[in-house]
Amino acid sequence: MIDRVGLFVTCLADTLFPEVGKATVTVLERLGLEVVFPAEQTCCGQMHLNSGYPDEARALARRFVEIFEPFDAVVSPSASCVALVREHYPRLLAGDDRGVPSRTWELSQLLVERLGVADVGSGFEGTVTYHPTCHSLRHLRVGDAPLQLLRGVSGLELVELPEAEECCGFGGTFAVKNADVSAAMLDEKLGNVLATGADSVCACDASCLMHMGGGLRRRGAAVRPLHLAEILAS
Amino acid sequence: MSSPARGARAESFPHAAPAALANGRLRTNLRAATTSIRARRTGAVAEVGDWEQLREAGAAIKDSALWRLDEALVELEQGVVRAGGVVHWARDAAEANEVVTALVVREGVDEVVKVKSLATDEIRLNEALETVGVTPIETDLAELIVQLAGERPSHLLVPALHKNRTEIRDLFRERLDLPGLTDDPAELAEAARLHLRAAFLRARVAISGANFAVAETGTVCVVESEGNGRMCTTLPEVLITVMGIEKVIPEWRDLGVLLQLLPRSSTGERMNPYTSLWTGVRDGDGPRAFHLVLLDAGRTRVLADRVGRDALRCIRCSACVNVCPVYRQTGGHAYHTPYAGPIGAILAPQLEGERGAVGSLPFASSLCGACFDVCPVKIDIPSILIHERAKAVRRERAGMEGLSLRRLARVFSSRARYERAQRLVRRLQRPVVRDGWVRRFPPGPLAAWGRSRDLPAVPDETFREWWERRARP
Repeated sequence: MIDRVGLFVTCLADTLFPEVGKATVTVLERLGLEVVFPAEQTCCGQMHLNSGYPDEARALARRFVEIFEPFDAVVSPSASCVALVREHYPRLLAGDDRGVPSRTWELSQLLVERLGVADVGSGFEGTVTYHPTCHSLRHLRVGDAPLQLLRGVSGLELVELPEAEECCGFGGTFAVKNADVSAAMLDEKLGNVLATGADSVCACDASCLMHMGGGLRRRGAAVRPLHLAEILAS
Repeated sequence: MSSPARGARAESFPHAAPAALANGRLRTNLRAATTSIRARRTGAVAEVGDWEQLREAGAAIKDSALWRLDEALVELEQGVVRAGGVVHWARDAAEANEVVTALVVREGVDEVVKVKSLATDEIRLNEALETVGVTPIETDLAELIVQLAGERPSHLLVPALHKNRTEIRDLFRERLDLPGLTDDPAELAEAARLHLRAAFLRARVAISGANFAVAETGTVCVVESEGNGRMCTTLPEVLITVMGIEKVIPEWRDLGVLLQLLPRSSTGERMNPYTSLWTGVRDGDGPRAFHLVLLDAGRTRVLADRVGRDALRCIRCSACVNVCPVYRQTGGHAYHTPYAGPIGAILAPQLEGERGAVGSLPFASSLCGACFDVCPVKIDIPSILIHERAKAVRRERAGMEGLSLRRLARVFSSRARYERAQRLVRRLQRPVVRDGWVRRFPPGPLAAWGRSRDLPAVPDETFREWWERRARP
């Protein structure tokens, strides 16, 4: 049984979305887990690897593995960062990953798959639509773990997102290198989000939420982008 | 005068995409077509209980030929020659075009009929034929439309996806000399049928590609929907097939796997309407002469790349293209290669030696992974995209971007530097921030973001500052 977890908050949540990190801590502590935040942590290297800089990514991967090796379980509120650790670290580090990738969990996966918890005792008033981010859906294959957790939230009305599995168009540096195509993809995604009439759009990646949230605000739409952790912490 | 580099830049994906994005009809057609093809594929795949095992088998079959390609190709050559065919080896596009044009000229004809073929698009065979005074007639209906319009296909499988039937009517009225034609689909199909039928009956030489070639038997296989390919492979006296060397498969029984994977992944059909298989020539039945042109054109170089080589498994089904959210917005023309979509983004830069416009293609993806999920031969396209990006960065040294990303990696390599950077950004952003959001974007990547999206500012307290404050008694 796990009673202590190392939190990898991600550079993005640390710097731009601290509420996501705080909410993650709230949820885990509510379940009686001891949360440890190793302050040496910075970035997992995802942007570097995905942009074509494997050597820089490798150095960050080595750092990550050293920092998190002491933990039996590492948790992160980012499906894409965890997907990087799980999918790419073994090859990137040529096997010298000290077993860290297989002990690193995305939040919803840790709760549902590893801890067998689908109800974390939260309450949230409002209608929510859920966008399965590409990395949670196709890379990490979290399946319906986030949906199980959302269904366990009292007062929350879940509305289905049309064409939910379509990418929001973020894709890291793709969003700026191919800004026009990225914006067209975002248009379609937000059209579907708005069509649900939900108050909030929920996902397991702060990066995709930053993209959708930035598009929603530009349109003057009142829909709130919320990380799963933020809903579960309420 | 524009330098080649500038031309490549103008044709690069980010520069070519806006024209496609501004084309309302193209996007409506793309959306409708990809939505319906995806649904058909999903249904056709769901019917097969052992689909995942079939994908494994498909990947293993292609790999087993690729890993002993030298032997497989020689075996194929022996099989074809044994059955009365002739085999030609072409190192590159120029050699392949030379072989084909010489064969056609020797027959003394001024036109040839063609089966839809990506390999011949790749080497621009039609242009080579025209320069020796031979008119190639595309016989796949959509390819014919694209050819009559003087355009290039916009989709692997639905080459005329970008056109609607009013445009096709106008095109046929003008190019087929049918002034009274309406846009009734049956009437349009009949017009094409009559035009092509005359061409089939006249044709003495046909040119095809190949979906598969069986090393064991020397058999070539073409799958299609309309039957026009069958006309080409049976009616004319001489048949010339141009085939990428990666199309060879070891054994006859391998077709049992691949012919299940291909139609379900491609058109979402259980079985495609026409599957033509031929082995050399036979007296009184079909062509009297058969030539097989084996095309390398960069494929052996791809084979030498341990990561990139998996792209050679591709059976050109276009499932990845249909499911790609980037392709769904732009269509194929923005890719500037016959191989559009995710597979094109990993194959074209490798085949063309990463020169020119195709160099931008590995970056034309959000790495969403939908392509890998549907690939019938399990090509890990997202990983190969990342690999190709690294090659592009090494090659081009990536200027300002490289400088900033390397500097950022250095920031991330130390806690002290990282925390300093957080504080620095918070101070530097002050003049451009209002109510917690960035309201003016400096030129560069942030401006590209800001064209269509707002950006939150770095808040007053980072997570780590909160954590430290909370830990203090």
